Amino acid sequence: MTTGTSEQHIVSYGKLTAIWLALLALTALTVWVARHNVGIGHVWGSLAIAVIKGGLVIAFFMHMKYEGRLLRWLLFFALSVLAIFIGLTFFDVLYR
Amino acid sequence: MNSAEKVHPPGNGGFWNDTGKTGITAWIFSTDHKRIGLLYFYSVLTFFLIAVVLGVLLRIELMAPGRTIMGPQTYNAVFTVHGVLMVFLFIIPGFQGSFGNLVMPIQIGARDVAFPRLNLFSWWLYMAGAAVIITSLFTGGGPPDTGWTFYVPFSERTGTNVSLAVFGVFIVGFSSIITGLNFVTTIHRLRAEGMTWGKLPLFVWSLYATAWVQILATPILGITLALIIAERFLGTGLFDPARGGDPLMYQHLFWIYSHPAVYIMILPGMGVISEIIPAFARKPIFGYKMIAFSSIAIAAAGSLVWGHHMFTSGMSDTAILVFSFLTFVVAIPSAIKVFNWVSTLYRGSISLEAPMLFALAFILLFSIGGLTGLILGAAATDIHVHDTQFVVGHFHYVIFGGAVFAFFGAMHYWLPKFYGRRYAEKPAVVAWVLMFVGFNITYFTMMVLGMKGMPRRYYDYLPEFAPLNLVSTIGSWILVSGLILMLVNLFRGLFKGEPIDRNPWGAATLEWTIPTPPPTENFEEEPVVTHGPYDFKKAGIT
Ligand code: HEM
Ligand SMILES: [Cu+2]
Repeated sequence: MTTGTSEQHIVSYGKLTAIWLALLALTALTVWVARHNVGIGHVWGSLAIAVIKGGLVIAFFMHMKYEGRLLRWLLFFALSVLAIFIGLTFFDVLYR
Repeated sequence: MNSAEKVHPPGNGGFWNDTGKTGITAWIFSTDHKRIGLLYFYSVLTFFLIAVVLGVLLRIELMAPGRTIMGPQTYNAVFTVHGVLMVFLFIIPGFQGSFGNLVMPIQIGARDVAFPRLNLFSWWLYMAGAAVIITSLFTGGGPPDTGWTFYVPFSERTGTNVSLAVFGVFIVGFSSIITGLNFVTTIHRLRAEGMTWGKLPLFVWSLYATAWVQILATPILGITLALIIAERFLGTGLFDPARGGDPLMYQHLFWIYSHPAVYIMILPGMGVISEIIPAFARKPIFGYKMIAFSSIAIAAAGSLVWGHHMFTSGMSDTAILVFSFLTFVVAIPSAIKVFNWVSTLYRGSISLEAPMLFALAFILLFSIGGLTGLILGAAATDIHVHDTQFVVGHFHYVIFGGAVFAFFGAMHYWLPKFYGRRYAEKPAVVAWVLMFVGFNITYFTMMVLGMKGMPRRYYDYLPEFAPLNLVSTIGSWILVSGLILMLVNLFRGLFKGEPIDRNPWGAATLEWTIPTPPPTENFEEEPVVTHGPYDFKKAGIT
């Protein structure tokens, strides 16, 4: 099994701070995108930013970058399901 | 089979007392999957019966035009509570909690589920959620009146106790997720030697597919309900167009969970039918692989069709087209199952005992429910019947005629195994006839009324609908008289009926190879599985 391999991995403060700053910057970007009305582009922009932010949190804060394959696959599977759900609602939101 | 082996009455044999632990705490703190199964069984049955009473009250109100026994506000509350109890406290947790727990570990040759304590915890969570829901009926602004769907904007504005009820459902949702996790892990990790995926009983396959839906879809319900509470207390405006929100977003979120939830209700029922039919046709199931596969296909494709509840809500035409198409796709795996069951029956040596009668009723009623579902799934026809009594008739055919009849079948098929005694056959058949006839009178009439244009969720109607409503109400009395007869006969049999041996039906799955009632440890030594679940020849059953 690949699940037993998550030996303690310590992420340095420097790295954590850098990621935190990146998250803050991305948040600022979200606000900026929301203020500038670029039509439906704003939805895609916000979604892209949210995905990057979520990715950073999952990879580093939640240690997924250092986990075994099984866990990563499971997470990928769950996130894909979520993406499909959100994606299908766009047949409504985009074409109304 | 040693039919002379000593059979014990309940409370005196097998898991009932072989640990020496009796009394209420030995039950409500037990981690034995069989005891937890029975805890669930009696809990869901209680809520079912309360909700049946409410359903009958609804029908009595509709017996004649104008006010019969209740006014509009009460009517709104009664159909809401009827729906909430039936859906969230009975049929969603029902199968997994009761028969899933009772039977699944034994069917795969395990001593228990993977996480027995988590299993107990899920029952406690369920009871806690149920307690909150019941409390919501008698506190604050009184029972919710939104319908079981809690649609915004009404659910944000009504003065009734929506927040607490929704919070209760939220807690029950956690219980559902935990059970799902537990079952997926159990089915992956605890199968006995030789119990390959290809030898898994079809009931287990159906539970497996269901468990994934529970894990993946229920969190979305949780979020949606949390958003209602946030709207009510914080006024976040997420669903309010005046503040940039979108009311349709609520409907998307709600149905992303609640359509797959229909499969949480029906899939285990289909699993039960796939066990009963080969046992009573004395023939290996036709198309084992396709039935197993179609469970997964239904779970997957069924998660992509939620938009069919929103054809008249103002959703985009593109979305209507896409969701209408996807809805028709789900009909394929459902039909695969029906055809395979019927093919199993073909040239079988069929014995028409009670469990089989319920299974046959299931096939017919579910097919009617499924086909009327296509009328609703096709956007053009849905526009005419949306939100009418046609819809009410349709989903009672699917959930009641399908899932609940399967549940009754499972009660007659498996409960004797766990009690060591059985019900009398004749009254069971009479009860089945009454329920089958009463059911069709009640709900077929409702579908006709809907076609004629009678809306759902109204306590009153135009005089022209009066005769058929009277017929439907009388049907509900026949239905309930059958239900009472069935329960009296079943429980009298379980406690005082004729003792049974290990394998009264001559079925080939593992639960019938162990003593009746099963001992706490299920198997004296770990079984080694050498033949498929419906291989009667190799199982030595003729
Ligand atoms: C004797 C049994 C039953 C009777 C007489 C009954 C009767 C009714 C009636 C008359 C309505 C429609 C109210 C209206 O729209 O004006 C209704 C709604 C409903 N029923 Fe039943 N029912 C029964 C059993 C069940 C079962 C077994 C289930 C599911 C497991 C169920 C689930 C529902 C749901 C979800 C609704 C919709 C509630 C809403 O509109 O929010 N019912 N029932
Ligand atoms: Cu649906």
